[in-house]
Amino acid sequence: MSANHSPQTASQRFAWMATVVAATLVFVFLMAPILAIVPLSFSSGAYLTYPLPGFSLRWYEDFLNSPRWMLSLKNSAIIGVASALLSMALGTLASLGLAAWKSKWKPLVLALVLSPMVVPVVITAVGVYFFFAPLGLTGNFLGLILVHTALATPFVVITVSATLQGFDMTLARAAASLGAPPLMTFRRVILPLILPGLASGALFAFATSFDEVVTVLFLAGPEQRTLPREMFSGIRENISPTITAVAVVLTVISVGLLTMIELLRRRNERLKGNVA
Amino acid sequence: MTAAFADGAEMPLKRRLRRAERARQLRALGLVLPLFLFLVFTFVIPIGGMIWRSVEDWEVPQVLPHTVAALADWNGQDLPSETAFAALAGDLQAARAAGTVAVAGKRLNYIINGYRTILTSTARNLKTAPEPGTAKATLIGLNPAWGDRATWAAIKRASGPVTDYYLLGAVDLTRDVNGSIVATPPDQAIYRDVFGRTFSIGFGVTALCLVLGFPVAYLLANLPVAQSNLLMIFVLLPFWTSLLVRTCAWIVILQGEGIVNGALQWMGVIDEPLRLIYNRFGVYMAMTHVLLPFMILPLYSVMRSISPAYMRAAASLGAPPATAFLRIYLPQTIPGIGAGCLLVFILAIGYYITPALVGGAGDQMISAFIAFYTTETVNWGLASALGAVLLLSTLLLALVYGKLALGRQTTGGLKN
Repeated sequence: MSANHSPQTASQRFAWMATVVAATLVFVFLMAPILAIVPLSFSSGAYLTYPLPGFSLRWYEDFLNSPRWMLSLKNSAIIGVASALLSMALGTLASLGLAAWKSKWKPLVLALVLSPMVVPVVITAVGVYFFFAPLGLTGNFLGLILVHTALATPFVVITVSATLQGFDMTLARAAASLGAPPLMTFRRVILPLILPGLASGALFAFATSFDEVVTVLFLAGPEQRTLPREMFSGIRENISPTITAVAVVLTVISVGLLTMIELLRRRNERLKGNVA
Repeated sequence: MTAAFADGAEMPLKRRLRRAERARQLRALGLVLPLFLFLVFTFVIPIGGMIWRSVEDWEVPQVLPHTVAALADWNGQDLPSETAFAALAGDLQAARAAGTVAVAGKRLNYIINGYRTILTSTARNLKTAPEPGTAKATLIGLNPAWGDRATWAAIKRASGPVTDYYLLGAVDLTRDVNGSIVATPPDQAIYRDVFGRTFSIGFGVTALCLVLGFPVAYLLANLPVAQSNLLMIFVLLPFWTSLLVRTCAWIVILQGEGIVNGALQWMGVIDEPLRLIYNRFGVYMAMTHVLLPFMILPLYSVMRSISPAYMRAAASLGAPPATAFLRIYLPQTIPGIGAGCLLVFILAIGYYITPALVGGAGDQMISAFIAFYTTETVNWGLASALGAVLLLSTLLLALVYGKLALGRQTTGGLKN
């Protein structure tokens, strides 16, 4: 087997085989939902059962021709892109600051910055609903973008901070010693090197917003219903094959985001010069 | 250039360094500030406001201000003075004109069932202000409840500015007529059950994740990197798939005419479809699936760092494999187990969407009740109090998690 694992005795080989079998079963469990739903979305029948009566793209057509689904896709994209940009700006500035800041308050501020990730979303949603309603921030895009930004920023801070940790600050000092003002040092030296980290932070943020439904349930009016929100009511009422098509589209988007983040991570590793 | 050097000659280097450092710190603070202020606005104030709502008692002081003032120095033993009766009569007439009687009625109804009726009927029948000195007789004439000390004690207790009513209610406690804390009558006491259910589902899901996640993490940690990176896709792909997609898929798989039941019936194992969804089984299935990666990732990162030399050393010293595993390997995975379990538990007790979609009425967790009281029955005090209890539990656990994670100087595999 591997360098790490070299079964010698029969019982060790048996234990390793048992691990492989158990892990395989768990992998099947993990992949089951995706494996189950992808073929159904291409079914020509209206029932969500196997065997499939035939192959068709009618449910994808249904999705593309439905003004309701298209509106929700557009809303999700608007809110996702806006909150990704906003949280990237706020999160990057804060990460740069946190990297240089020395204070006994730093752990407390860090805890606050990361807390939206830990606090149950229902609590955030209820609190924001009470607070935003009198300010006129419910039933419009702005309120949703603000909340999604708050929920997504921790992921940006974690990603960008991790990138900064690997960043060689002597480069910035070198730039400064050659006479570059701080802003130029940032723009010409720091930014290009941490850009992959920024981009994956933004992708994380987009993914967070794109998948979020609880705050949308509380804050959105009928005009701001997002894709997950439409899916939520769709699943509540009755799962139509169209929903399976939407689910596959969403999964493809997730896979795309994951691939991009992974590529960025590899690029970042290369830039740091410690290729695994 | 020369000027700078001249400066340097005048000012000691140490002081200049200190000044530069101070400027650097200020700049750093300035960079953190925008996010800090943003989170204060979108996160801290809203949640602080929610907690304030769980103790705020505004309805009665706002609707019956003069009555509250008149009752300020009431001893609570006998019926209040004529002044209080007259104040109540005045307040009720004003409230009826403003249409706010029901607001106070709803609040007082929490203390005495049927109070709303007492208040609305009195306000409706009080055509004109009572003659001076006859307010007491008039009100008792309209509704004999006003001759009862408890009716007045309720107003006194709800006269704000803060109340422990909602917070006590969130843990099935209440105050009796005399103000001492007693258990809520059994027919209304549901929240301890709900919290118990929330924690037991959280506990069960955590245990399932540990049992399922451990072999996977072990396998991934002991395979060559190239292979484990490839297999990691099976963990990360579901992790990245939308929560709703996965929940929807579980319904498709488990429902009465779903894939599992179809397969079992086709094989002739069962005649009737099994009930696998819209019950506790479905909740465990879907939640374990969603939270499993949060267990696998921290376990994996800890197991990767365990040197195989320890196990080899144990074997060379004559330990049988099982003993070596239990005494040498397992203890070294404890930080990962701790971090993974805490993370999964913290996330599980806050779950709302998955139990709402795949659970039955008896499987709803505390978040569902918070949402229900916020949007359906508009009992914001109780929603906030339940939220405050959930928030406190979560933050305490997160604190423990933070200490654990800080001790290991890792992020515990949080999403990256």
